[in-house]
Amino acid sequence: MGNVAISVEGIGKRYRIGLQQDRYGRLTESLWGALRAPIDMVRGKRRESGEWIWVLRDVSFELHHGDVVGVIGRNGAGKTTLLKVLSRITEPTTGNALLQGRVGSLLEVGTGFHPELTGRENVFMSGAVLGMRRAEIVRKFDEIVEFAGIEQFLDTPVKRYSSGMQVRLGFAVAAHLETEILFIDEVLAVGDAEFQKKCLGKMSELGEGGRTILFVSHSMPAMLRLCQRAVLLDHGRVVTAGPTHEVVRAYLESDLGRTSERRWDDPSTAPGDDVARLRSIRVVPARGGRGDEIDIREPIDIETVYSSVDPGSLRPMAILHFYNDEGTCLFVSNDTVNREWRSTPRTRGIVRSTVRIPGNFLAEGRVTVTAEVTSNDSAIVHASEADAIAFQVVDRSDGDGARGDYSRSWPGVVRPMLDWTVDVLPESWGR
Amino acid sequence: MIARRRGTTPEPPAVIRIGPRRGWVSLNLRELWSYRELGFFFVWRDLKVRYKQTLFGALWAVIQPFMLMVVFSLFLGRISGIAPAGVPYPLFAFAGLVPWTLFSQSLIGSSDSLVGASNLIQKVYFPRLLLPVAAIGSYLLDFVIAMAVLGLMMLYFGLLPSATVLWVIPLTALAVATSLAVGIGLSAVNVRYRDVRYAVPFLVQVWLFASPVAYSADLVPAQWRAIYELNPMAGVIEGFRWALIGQGAPPPVGAILVSTVMTAIVLVLGLAYFRRVERTFADVI
Repeated sequence: MGNVAISVEGIGKRYRIGLQQDRYGRLTESLWGALRAPIDMVRGKRRESGEWIWVLRDVSFELHHGDVVGVIGRNGAGKTTLLKVLSRITEPTTGNALLQGRVGSLLEVGTGFHPELTGRENVFMSGAVLGMRRAEIVRKFDEIVEFAGIEQFLDTPVKRYSSGMQVRLGFAVAAHLETEILFIDEVLAVGDAEFQKKCLGKMSELGEGGRTILFVSHSMPAMLRLCQRAVLLDHGRVVTAGPTHEVVRAYLESDLGRTSERRWDDPSTAPGDDVARLRSIRVVPARGGRGDEIDIREPIDIETVYSSVDPGSLRPMAILHFYNDEGTCLFVSNDTVNREWRSTPRTRGIVRSTVRIPGNFLAEGRVTVTAEVTSNDSAIVHASEADAIAFQVVDRSDGDGARGDYSRSWPGVVRPMLDWTVDVLPESWGR
Repeated sequence: MIARRRGTTPEPPAVIRIGPRRGWVSLNLRELWSYRELGFFFVWRDLKVRYKQTLFGALWAVIQPFMLMVVFSLFLGRISGIAPAGVPYPLFAFAGLVPWTLFSQSLIGSSDSLVGASNLIQKVYFPRLLLPVAAIGSYLLDFVIAMAVLGLMMLYFGLLPSATVLWVIPLTALAVATSLAVGIGLSAVNVRYRDVRYAVPFLVQVWLFASPVAYSADLVPAQWRAIYELNPMAGVIEGFRWALIGQGAPPPVGAILVSTVMTAIVLVLGLAYFRRVERTFADVI
């Protein structure tokens, strides 16, 4: 086995449906059931013990020491359950796993926090719960506090902290966990964007430190940057495993309704009204083909087709809203930017509006586009389709992008390639 | 920063096997021991949290048994024969109340420990047995404070303890073991059936009257005595009184022996049940 850090073989986990609703099983019911069971047995009526659902089914994979592997999947695909099984929080129904090394799991931020305790006390509490030794916490204490940036509130009970401060402190403790194996669940979904980036940076450091990390996230950019390999789960089964960008692509392609192409073949059900209706919208990369995943350097076209059914005196136009992963609106644009189109009288017919988005402009991440057809004069929205399409912008950081030589986390909602002039000046300069 | 600051050769990494367990599983006390630091942190947290934002703070450790003693003395103290002659009733009652309080608080604390930590159980691994065990720790400190007050009372009543006072240590251990034995089992049942929450305070009340706290065990009719002493706390409390204010009387060896055996039986049953259902805690809690 040598280099294998985690080997998972045929792990399955079965839950009883209904357990969730009736989790406080009452003693009387159980006693009643126990009394009835023999009678039912004699009568030949076997009591059905509820329905079972497999949350994980036959999951197998292997991680080597130092691997950073992402787990991708929709909500309910079994990602968190997988981490819980591997963290020994819950026991698998079938299968085996072998972990070599100390294990730390970060399934939430601020595990072990007690609201009545102060920040200082909670650093110790949370650290201990996550598996750190007291001496280890003492040694890293200053570093943790500095990372969280809460020095002046150290002796304030955590219940008086803002939720943002609690998250920062919780993450600061977790980020200093020095286990050989680390399981991280969606913890980055909380907190402000700036701090998320900082955490991602810290995690990259962890990875470079030779730690084996299994990482669940919905953030595809984080996946692509942090993980060399990924596992795609669907309905508890492994669908694909392999290099992250391939798995991410497989995921996005399988993710129906959130793709880079949408068509409404039946005009009667297409978004719209009596004046105008959407017909299709898609991403067209400069290289051709589908546009689910776009290289950050690559220009793309967004092609919107809509029909003017009966414009009358109205002047419908296509408006596109671009959003990033965090729901921030990046920009909005409409087709009357085209002067010629602006002065063209509207008639019945089909309109195709295409907008070019230059390469080296969008930041990496998932971009979602909301499409609208609106008449400016009367501010009537004829058609509006939220999240009509989505695509993934990938920065492969090969050195010729806007990142330059820098490979760590890179904030900003756009990532333009700007002109830099660099001169090396003599030391006497400015004297 | 990134580089390990570990000294020489790192210890070989632990190997963790994960898989469905069937039937009975070993106790794995070695693992429990390796998590002792976390156990102390739980105790430390309980102590910190319990008396935060209270006026009297740690005084509460003494107020409860002391007030009970006052109540007992007012209402029961004058009944003849309730306590052996020659022993002041307040002292008699308090010597029973101090171990009783340790036992009852520990029992309530440990039976509620798993449910109280449900969030932790769902988010992080550690031997679950640590919770009911650590829940007792903070009450041991309360007990030490109460013992100090008991010592002061003995001085006030002019009773000097003899060498038998050393028996208090094993008897305390027996009281703790008894509360653990019951608490471990109940904490695991509590995960599935919250009825335990309502049953335990009631159980403790009944248990108080079934134990020789307010009265002397000698009041129990001889033919019932054997059944009466199956209650492990009977031996513990009788032992406590004898060790502290026994005044040369023969030790209640039989009662203590029965207590020990009973506690051992309940402890084994509780541990077995706990280990058996432990694997489903995170799913059910």
